[in-house]
Parts: sequence; C-alpha cells; structure tokens
Amino acid sequence: MSVAVPQDPQLLEVNPPLVPGHPDYHDVTEQISTIVEGDVRTTPMKYWITLACTSSIVVLLGGMLTYLALTGIGVWGNNRPVGWAWDITNFVFWIGIGHAGTLISAILFLFRQKWRTSINRSAEAMTLFAVMCAAIFPVFHTGRPWRAYWLFPVPNTDLGMWQNFRSPLIWDVFAVNTYLTVSILFWFTGLVPDLATLRDRAVGKVRQYIFAALSMGWRGSARHWRHYEAAYLILAGISTPLVLSVHSVVSFDFATSVIPGWHTTIFPPYFVAGAIFSGFACVMTLLLIARWTLNLQDLITMKHLENMNKIILATGTIVGYAYAMEFFIAWYSGNMYERFTFWNRAFGPYWWAAWSMYTCNVFIPQLYWFKKLRTNLWVMFIISITTNIGMWFERFVIIATSLTRDFLPTSWGYFHPTYVDICTFIGTVGLFLTLFLLFARFLPMIAISEVKGVVAVEKGSFPKERQEVH
Amino acid sequence: MSLVSIKTAAPTGPKYWRSLDELAKTPQFREFVEQEFPAHADEMLEGNSRRTVLKLMAASFGLAGLAACRRPVEHIYPTAKGWDNYVPGEKLTYATAVSLAGQVTGLLVETHDGRPTKIEGNPDHPFSQGAATALVQASLLNLYDPDRSKSVLEAGKETSWSAFEATVKSLSLGDGSGLRFLSETVASPSLFALRADVLKKFPKAKWVEYEAFQRNAGRAGAMIAFNEAVSPQTDFSKAKVIVALDSDFLGQDWQTPLPTKQFSSRRHMDSEEDFDKINRLYSVESQFSITGANADHRLRLRGSEIKQFAADLAAALGALPGLNVLNNGTDRRSKFLAAIVKDLKAAGKDSLVITSPRQPAIVHALAFLINQSLGSTAMEFAKSGTQERVEAGVDALKALVGEMNAGQVSTLVMLGGNPVYTAPADLAFASALAKVAASLHLGPDEDETAASAKWHVPEAHYLESWGDAVTSTGVATIQQPMIDPIFGGRTAAEILALVSGSPTTKAHDIVKNYWMSTFPGSHPGETKSVASGKDAVKEITANPAEQAWRKSVHDGIVSGTKPQETAKVTADAKRIAAAWATEPKAAEGGIEVAFVPSASVFDGRFANNGWMQEAPDPINKVVWGNAALISPATAKAKNLSDGDVVTLTRGGLKMEVSVLTQPGQADNAITIALGYGRERCGRAGKDVGFNANLLRSSDAFWYAPNVEIATTGKTYTHVTTQERGLADGMNNRPLYREVDIAEYKKNPKAIEEQSEVPPLHSIYTELNYDKGYQWGMAIDLGSCTGCNACVVACVAENNTPVVGKDQVARGREMHWIRMDRYYVGSEDEPRAVEQPLPCMQCENAPCENVCPVAATTHTPEGLNDMVYNRCVGTRYCANNCPFKVRHFNFLNFHKGDSDILSMVHNPDVTVRMRGVMEKCTYCVQRIQETRIAAKADGRREIKDGEIKTACQQTCPADAIVFGNINDPQSKVSKLKKQERNYAMLAELDIRPRTTYLARLRNPNPELEA
Repeated sequence: MSVAVPQDPQLLEVNPPLVPGHPDYHDVTEQISTIVEGDVRTTPMKYWITLACTSSIVVLLGGMLTYLALTGIGVWGNNRPVGWAWDITNFVFWIGIGHAGTLISAILFLFRQKWRTSINRSAEAMTLFAVMCAAIFPVFHTGRPWRAYWLFPVPNTDLGMWQNFRSPLIWDVFAVNTYLTVSILFWFTGLVPDLATLRDRAVGKVRQYIFAALSMGWRGSARHWRHYEAAYLILAGISTPLVLSVHSVVSFDFATSVIPGWHTTIFPPYFVAGAIFSGFACVMTLLLIARWTLNLQDLITMKHLENMNKIILATGTIVGYAYAMEFFIAWYSGNMYERFTFWNRAFGPYWWAAWSMYTCNVFIPQLYWFKKLRTNLWVMFIISITTNIGMWFERFVIIATSLTRDFLPTSWGYFHPTYVDICTFIGTVGLFLTLFLLFARFLPMIAISEVKGVVAVEKGSFPKERQEVH
Repeated sequence: MSLVSIKTAAPTGPKYWRSLDELAKTPQFREFVEQEFPAHADEMLEGNSRRTVLKLMAASFGLAGLAACRRPVEHIYPTAKGWDNYVPGEKLTYATAVSLAGQVTGLLVETHDGRPTKIEGNPDHPFSQGAATALVQASLLNLYDPDRSKSVLEAGKETSWSAFEATVKSLSLGDGSGLRFLSETVASPSLFALRADVLKKFPKAKWVEYEAFQRNAGRAGAMIAFNEAVSPQTDFSKAKVIVALDSDFLGQDWQTPLPTKQFSSRRHMDSEEDFDKINRLYSVESQFSITGANADHRLRLRGSEIKQFAADLAAALGALPGLNVLNNGTDRRSKFLAAIVKDLKAAGKDSLVITSPRQPAIVHALAFLINQSLGSTAMEFAKSGTQERVEAGVDALKALVGEMNAGQVSTLVMLGGNPVYTAPADLAFASALAKVAASLHLGPDEDETAASAKWHVPEAHYLESWGDAVTSTGVATIQQPMIDPIFGGRTAAEILALVSGSPTTKAHDIVKNYWMSTFPGSHPGETKSVASGKDAVKEITANPAEQAWRKSVHDGIVSGTKPQETAKVTADAKRIAAAWATEPKAAEGGIEVAFVPSASVFDGRFANNGWMQEAPDPINKVVWGNAALISPATAKAKNLSDGDVVTLTRGGLKMEVSVLTQPGQADNAITIALGYGRERCGRAGKDVGFNANLLRSSDAFWYAPNVEIATTGKTYTHVTTQERGLADGMNNRPLYREVDIAEYKKNPKAIEEQSEVPPLHSIYTELNYDKGYQWGMAIDLGSCTGCNACVVACVAENNTPVVGKDQVARGREMHWIRMDRYYVGSEDEPRAVEQPLPCMQCENAPCENVCPVAATTHTPEGLNDMVYNRCVGTRYCANNCPFKVRHFNFLNFHKGDSDILSMVHNPDVTVRMRGVMEKCTYCVQRIQETRIAAKADGRREIKDGEIKTACQQTCPADAIVFGNINDPQSKVSKLKKQERNYAMLAELDIRPRTTYLARLRNPNPELEA
C-alpha cells in the first residue's frame, strides 16, 4: 500500500496529525460503527441511567408546558414591564448554541479546515437539537399558544389576513425555520454515506430496512460521490450566510425596538459573535464528555480542541468589544435614557447579572492567550461551562434588565422567576441531552467517510499538493 | 363543589327555583356558604391558583340564582316585560343620589337591561356638576358584592323577615326610655321627618349619629365662634389664596367632587386672561395628602401642632387680640407663617382659611374668625337645623356606651354603620352591646357589628331602594332604585317605620308621602301607584303634586329645593380667645399617631370592594392594605425600614402595624389609614392591612400623642404599583413638566425647551391623518389633582379585572389609566406631582409595527386599536411601549367572576380572556355609540364635546379633554395649541395623540428663595 510520508518533526510539533495512531480505514469504520451497532444489552449501564435521568427531565418539561398552556403565562414570573424574561432569554440562548454547528460544518468546510471532520457531525446534531429546544419558547411564550400558528403565513380562516411583515417576530419565524430546514438537510446529506456503511454492515432485517431507506440507495459509486460532494458544497454555501443571518434577525427583535438597551445598531454582529462563542463552548463541553466516555482521543485531538479554544478567545474578545462599545455609545450619544440604562445595567439592581456576564464572557476567556491553559482539558472544560453561563446571562441582561427600567420610572419593575420558569429551562436542557444521547447511541457520531478522507491524506495516499489542505 | 352542575342541570322556571330554594336550606349548603368562605378567604390574595377563586365563587352561583328568581315587587318593572321606550341592549340613565358620610352627590346611573353598570355625576346637581369621586363610583361594585348580607340573622342564625318583624312588634318600648338609635350621619329629609315622629312617639328615646369620619367639628367650631348653630358653606372658586390647615379638601375631607371642581376652576389656564385668576394654595399638614401635593407651598407639622399654627396665624393677622405669635423666629414655620400672613392680607376677600373635620372645634373657630377678619367671600354660613335628643360625634357615642354599660339601654337600633369596628377601642363597644337586651343591626354586610348584635337584617343598597338625600346647602334629590334588592335588603327608613309601628312601611311610600306633602296641590295619604297607559297621563296631569314628584325623580333635583340662604353671623373674637385659653396644649415630644380615612376603603365600608382595594393610594401607591407612614428621618432615628412590623402602644391600647417611609411626612408623626384589618368581612377585605381603630380612643380620636413604638422583628410586604426609591423621582427626565407662572409669562417656550426633539423621519410611509374625525386628548396637569376618580371610572367602564394583591405585587395590575406620582425635591421636604397616564394613542405607534399578527393597528381616525380576537399574546407590543400602558392578561382574571359579579360588566365592552393584551381604547364604544346616534339623527356631524371618555366625564377637575383634533374649533384643538402643550417622549417620533398641558405653579416668590 502506501508509504508513510516522512514528516518534519518540528512541523509535527506545530501541526500534529489530526488522526493520530495511524488507523486504517477499517479501524475507523469499526471504531465508530460498533458504538451504533452494539447490542442494547451490551450498552453500558451508565448510558441507560443517564438517559433515564435526562428523559425524566423531558417529562418535567412536558408537565411544565402543559401547566403553562392550561393556566396562562402568569405561572411564569413575567410581568409588566418585563413582558419577556426567561422565555426569550432561553430562546436566544438555544439559537445561539446552535450556531457553532453550522459554523463548524459549513464555513470550516468551505475553508477546507479538515480538522472539523471528527466534530462536525455532533456539532450539526447539536444545532438541530438546540434549535428544537429554542423553538419551544416562541410557541409557548404566547398567551394563546393554540393560536401560535397564526405567525406562519399559511392560509387560515381564523386570521383571514396576512401577517404583519413589519414585525421582527415574523422575520424570526422565517429565519429560524429556514435555519432548521437547511440544518436538517445538511446534517442528513452528510449522514447518507455513513448510513450506507451501517446498512452494509447491518445484521437483521429491521436494521437493514431502516438503514436502506435512510441511505437512499447510496452505493458509493463515483457518480454518487460527485453528486454528493456538489450537494454538500451547495448546502454549505447556503448554510454559511445563515450563520450570519439567523442571529442577526434574532437581534432585530431587540434592535428595531425603541427600548433603551435594545435599540442598538451593534446588535447583529455582536449577537453573531456571541452565538459562535456560546456554540463553540457548548460543542466543547459535549466533545470533552464524549472524548472521555467513549475514548475518542484519537479522533478528537488536542489540536481540535485548541483550535476551538482560539475561536472562543476571538469571539469572546469581540463580545467584550461590543460590551465596551455599548457603554461608549451610551455615553457618547448624550441620550439620558441610554446612559441611564447602561449605568443601571452595571450598577442597578441587576449588577450581579451584568458582572457575571462580563466575568464569564470577557475576562475568563482571556486565559486562552496562554497555550498551557488552552491545552489543559480541565481548564477548557470549566471555561466552556462558564462561557455558556455567561452567554445565558448576556441574553437575560439584555432582554429582562433593559425592560425593568425604561423611560418612565413609574413603570419600573423587577423580575422574579418562578419554579415554572426554572423547571422549563431545565426541561429543555434535559430534552437537548436526551436527543443527543439518543443520537450518540443510534447514529454515527463522527463522520466516517470524512475521517477516512483525512486518514488518506495523512497516510500520503493523495498527491502532495492536496496535502496542504489541512 | 357540585353547585355549578346543580344549576345547569336544574329544570326550567319555577321548578328550578324550588329546587334551589330547597338546596339553600340543606345544612351542607349553609355550611358551605357560611364556613367555607371565611376559611378560604385569604387564599384569594395569596395563592396564585385561580382554581381556588373559582371554587369560592361557585357558591355565589347558587345565591345569584336565588336572587334572580324572586318575584318583582311593585315599583320595579321586570325587564322581561319591557316598558315604554325600552330597547333591549340600549342603556337607560336614571338620576339618583348617594350619601357618603352625610355628604351627598347627585348621580346619573347608567343601566343596561335593568342592571346598573356605571355611576356618573349628575351635571344638574350642584355638588356633583357631572363628576363623581372614586369611592362613589366604586359603590356600584358593592351592589353586586357576592359577600353582601343576604339574610336576617338572629344570634348569628338565619331566620326570616317575618320572625324579625314579629320580634320588633313584641318589643315593649313604652316611652322609649330604654330605646336608643345609632346611625351614621343622616342626610335624608324623609328620614329626618320620620325620626322626628319617632322621637315624638318615644319621648325618652335618644338618637346618636356616629361614624369613623364625622364632620361635626365644624359645627362645634361655629358654636364657639358664633354661639349659634350654623354650618360653613365654602366656595373654593372664590378664593385666590387658600390656606389649608390640615385640610384634605381635594381628598378625603370631602366626599363630593365639589371642592375639586371649585379649586380647579382657578387652575384652568386657557388664555392669558386666565393667568390672573390662578389661585395659590398653602398646605399645613402632618401626612402627605393630595391637597398637600397640589399645594404651591407645604409645611410639615404634626397634627396636634396645627391648632397652635392656626392661633399664631390669627394673632399675626390681628384677628385674635391679646395673643402673641409663638416662636417668631427664622425657622421654616415662621417664614411660612409670615409669608401666608402677607399673602392673605393682600388677597383680602379673595382669601380662604380652611381646616379639616379631623381638627378640633377651636381650629374651626379660628379659621372662621380669620376668614371673617379678612372679609373672605369664599366662606359663608347658613343656619343648620338641630333636633332635640339627636347627638352626633364620638362624645355622643361615649355617652351611649356609658348608658349601655349601665344597663339603661334595653333596645338599641343600629341603622347602618359598623360601630363594633369603627368605634374607638377604649369604648369597647362590642362588650357594651352584649349588655343590651335587644340589639338590632341593619347593615349591608355581615360585619363585626352584625356578629355582635342580637339581630342583623340586610340593608338595601342605595341603587336598589327608595330614599332621598339633601346636600348641606339644602338641595334635595330623590334616590330611586334601578333594580330590585338583589339580596332582599331594606332601608333604614323601613326599619325605623317598623320600630315605630308606622302604618307606612315601604320605602317608596315613606319617601313619596313625605315629598308629596311638600308639593303644592298635594293629596296627603296618596300612596297608590299610578296606573299605566292613558289613565296614567290623565292622573298625572290632574295632579300637580304627582307631576312635581315625577319631575323630581326624573331630574335628580327635587323641584322647588334651592340652596339655603346664607345667614349673617359675626365671629366673637373674645369667645374664641377664651376657648383658646382653655384648650389643652399639644403634647411635645414622643411619637404622635394620626388616623385618616383611607382613600381606598374610606372607614372600612369599602373594604370588600375590589376596585377600591386595587386603586392605589394617591401618594404612596400602596394597594390592598395600609401602613404606618413615617418620615424617612424618623425611620432612620428609630432604626426602622419599610415592612418592619412594630407595636404601637398608648395606654391600654395596642396595635401591630407595618412601617412604610413616606417622604414629606412630619417628623415624629405616624399616619395610619382607617378601614383596614377587618375581621368579619367578605373575601376581598378580610384581614387586609392593619386595624387602626385598635389604637384609637375617644379622647384622642384623630391624633394620639405619646405613642410608644416597639419593634416585633416581624416583617410584612407592602405592595405598591410604583417602585420605591430611585423610581420615586423623575431622574431629570422631562416627563411631568411644570413651570412657575411668572416664568411662563416671560418665556412661553419654557415647557418646550425642557426636551430636545431633533427633526425625525420614519422609515415607513407617513400616513396622513387630515381627513374626517381625528381623535385626540389633552390632559391638563395644572388642574389634575390626582384623585383617582378617572382610574375607577375606567375600571367600571371597561370591565377591567381586579387581580388581587399577589398579582399586583408581580406587576400585573390592569388599570388602563394609571396615576403616576413623582416626588420632586428632597426626601424630607418633597413636593409630589400626579400625572394620569392612559394610552397615548401614538400615530407612529411602536406597539403596532412589532405585532406579528397585526392585532394592534391604526384606524383612519387615529385610534390605536387593539383587536383582542386576533391577539396571540407575544407581549412584544407591551415591551416596545415606552409608556408601558399595555396590560397583558397573564391569567384568566375573570375566571372567578360569579354570575352576580358579572352583572357589573358593561355590555358594550368585551370581557377579555387570558393570553391577550389590552389597553385604553379612548372609550371606542362611546365613540361608536355617538357615531350611531349622529347617523340616526340624519347623518349629522358629531359635535364637539358630544363624546366624553369615561375618565373625562368623571374628572372633578375637568383636566381631561377629548375630541376631534381635526376641527380647529374643538376644545381639544384649542388646548393643544397652547404653548404649554407637550407630547411626552416626542423625541422617539411616536407622535402621541394624548398630550399634556404642563402645570403652571404659582409659588410665593418670598418662600421660593
């Protein structure tokens, strides 16, 4: 077969192989497929226990949403002036989480960043599940959720008219639905070759039929590969602007309003950076857990993790810049309402939320300037968690605290979450984890075909000029 | 909980009536009604479970059924039959009158299909002039209170009217030596006459008038000043300089809108000529009242120190010879006094010194003296009739309790009132009542007195019974019913007739006989109802008295009654000086507790009224409760903070109350509103707040000196509709705008210059609003006093739900118009300003473009409409409203409404379900009603002033004007052309249709410096 290309040891230090241990194609297939194909009884007990825990949280979510739908928004802590609180905070939070998936899959694909291969599948799955969690909130935060379908431009005799296309909430509906649709297509297209592999390895009629149907007749012919590559490239091209557009549109919910603290032109880039920031942190958390529990050190390497940490550092710093700029503009504008809002944000009754956000999102990620820290698994695990806490607070600070004190001091208020608020949020975390656990067990978590491509390069099977790409 | 199903499963008509009647007699049902209510009463306020409320309310279903199925009696025509001019669904308005604490307001009551739904002032009535106070308007809800007294009780057990009548007849009253009557202040001419008859029949019987807030100090003061029974008649519109000595004449001191009408008439600055008529108000008071808030200058003094101030004022004016002005120094009080003296002297006959019924008689006498010495035309005196053996006030009650304790009272007839609760604690009225062999109580509620009396009978509401009421100036009104007594109550006159054994026992006959005898061409004894149809016309035209009676009932003013003529009386300075010499001096040091009638529940009679419980206090914005108001400095000195529960002790009297700091409160003085802490009350009022009567004693009725204060370590949560602290002020924002009139004369742009509005452009196509009617509103902050009348009017008109204390604490109150209060100045000496805030109806409404389903849109007439059935409830509109005037139905706030409570709803306005947004509509139903009427009138134009929004209609200060801004001749257009007209937050390019006219203050330059 091929001979390993001798590599410069110094270069190796800087740019270590993406798939160390020099596995061959069969090893890759075996390592990934056995997780999916393993007998239900041989699946470790800890998996089932974890799944039981997370799915009982899903039951909690169902209970909370039922209670909410039957009783009214009053079971949450929302009030006047805080019309949106944890509901929309959680919505933006989950949408933001999803962004990393699209970014890793699409943009890194277009830039031929081969290191994405071992993480893109789970990142895409994460996107899907996060968007599903996010979608719960806009539906259930309406006072009459049984009428929430009126937000869709479907012919209905109840409303008898078009939606209001000036409303950013309508833009949201389009943005999020486009995002969800494209994400599903992208994820599924990438899965097709791997599903075919599973079909080929399947024992038992049921598995064979299921995977046969899902792999859509994939035979791995050159023509198939040609079409596949083209489709994947097109979908990556479609997805890429979505990374920018979805969160920009979400930010319009606030940016187009008149409320000080919301009415800011910086929001679209700031929200996108924040979304990538939180998304990468979330991918990091999940990958580190998967790496430890499923022994994927060879596939998810320190290089992957370090690269992601660099992105976290970059986006965190952009977010920090945005925070600083908001304060500067508030002062520079001379607008008394703006000035008060930002003073109030940092030193008002919600100072603790604002300072949690600054600490988690701006100060802590600065540790990643040090290579020692950005390659330390514990450090990165903790920072991935604090980043997501910080990003949740960012949305809460923007949404709820801006509303608590706007123009008229006589309508100022405060927000206290109820147990239903808290349990609903925990419930969506449970839903997310449940879906992810099911995915990790029943579908290939790592793109087999793509890893094989990287293995091929590292083995030197490809001409030298193609080696440059990673 | 099977009541609901029983109702729906019941067969039709009479059978249903019988079965429910039978049900009512079952012990389970009685137990349910009587015991389950009190057991769960507090849950309504605390629990967030609406189900509990539904459970509780279900019981009133049954009772509503009982009420609705009674046979109509003679005077009220059943709606089912119809009557002349009756169009189903169309409103009918009846004139009547209400008497509250002896003060009378003439009313027009709107009814829909036989049920009263809205109370308005009668424009023809001199004490109303079309306006009505918040309390009077809210009295409508008392009519439909499902917790009202429903049955005759003997020793707490339900019995029947016939048993009660038999008992009354069996009483051996003899010459009446053991017979005593106790009532609230009587303002009914027919009851006066009946009382005179009864007291004649029982020559040793006595009658005591007592209530927690009584207006007899003025008469006592007149006795000192004039040695004659006269009562003052005040006309605030005649005064340019007014000194209010503790007087809250714009607030609770007057239970009619008249003083506000008169006062504000000099605050309407519509043209430059009006600048000269502006009045100046000085207020000297202990607690921060709305009169103090409207004052140009305010001096904080403890209530007991005000008499010294009055004496000093009289002395400084030279009205009280031989008296030196106390501590004539350079402190605030002295400067204030000197400035007032100068100003009063300059004003001469245009001046007025007014004090409060809460002040002792000597202060009234001093005020009368000062007014007379200044030649004031704003206060005149009229002879007031007196009757032997009728005493009023707390001293009379004390004497009565003495008799009761001595066993001299065998029969006590309590006609209205709740003396067990309202009597000062030192009198121990309940234990004295237990010593009376036969105690009869007539009252609207099964209250504390009902529980202590041997007999309790339900009192009919004034909207469901015949009666009459006369103002203090002698203008009488027939009080006509609009609905049959829902719970079968009777009136005081009926009970009195029964006790006296009079042959006429029906309220209608008592009232009609009395007035027919006063009309020319009368036929005494004629009580027969007039037949209907052609015979009726003949009979009426044949009888001028009957004609006069009909006209009186229709007009709301008894034909022939005129304001009393004033009497020439001269105050005797020597008598006053002598009285002053014997007047005990105010106790120095210590903590003084003042009692004031609550702006929400008055003396407790409105405690079960959800509208009033939820109407925020005009100054401190507390809802569903009262507090021990304490100045920030005193709170600091005593180491107390908001919500701390303290024990107040004076002598043997003690109460627990929670502290709330009140900027502007006099130091070392606590103020507690009366009317709270009711132990036996309906669901809304039971155990809400703290009972101040426990600390009240007959010797310190209004101001209790040297009260000891001790902390308990407990805390309590006061719920306010406005955040406290930083949000108490405007934070330098140009929201409420005011300017001194002197500056405004120099620079009319002074208001406009308070905010900078750069040229603004919308990214959307600008809509033209230059055709047809364009509705707009102007609110004059200069005349608005912040009395809350508009808030309650809006609740009544627009079916706004009551949400309860817990929901208000979460910021979910639903008032479509709210009264914003800002403090201006330091914490110790602040001013307070009040700004009514309905929806601004922005032309470029920020709420509209964000709604995804276009549930809030603009009409061609410039209304920002809310389409309830299109709303999905995203709340985006509320978030984007800069004024936060949109209110979301977080829960189904109407879910618990019983059938009986639902009768209060205005059928012209949708009752909103949960999950939808709602807000002020500019009373769109009234606009449509008028439009239809104009169309039916031959497609004529709607005239200016023809449409009045509910808030505008009831405003005693005429501060709200609504109309077509497209018509340059309309009143609203003219107001909006004034230089002091401004749009709040105009810099957001929202273009509000509701604009404000800035307040023009009239401070004394000497005190300003």
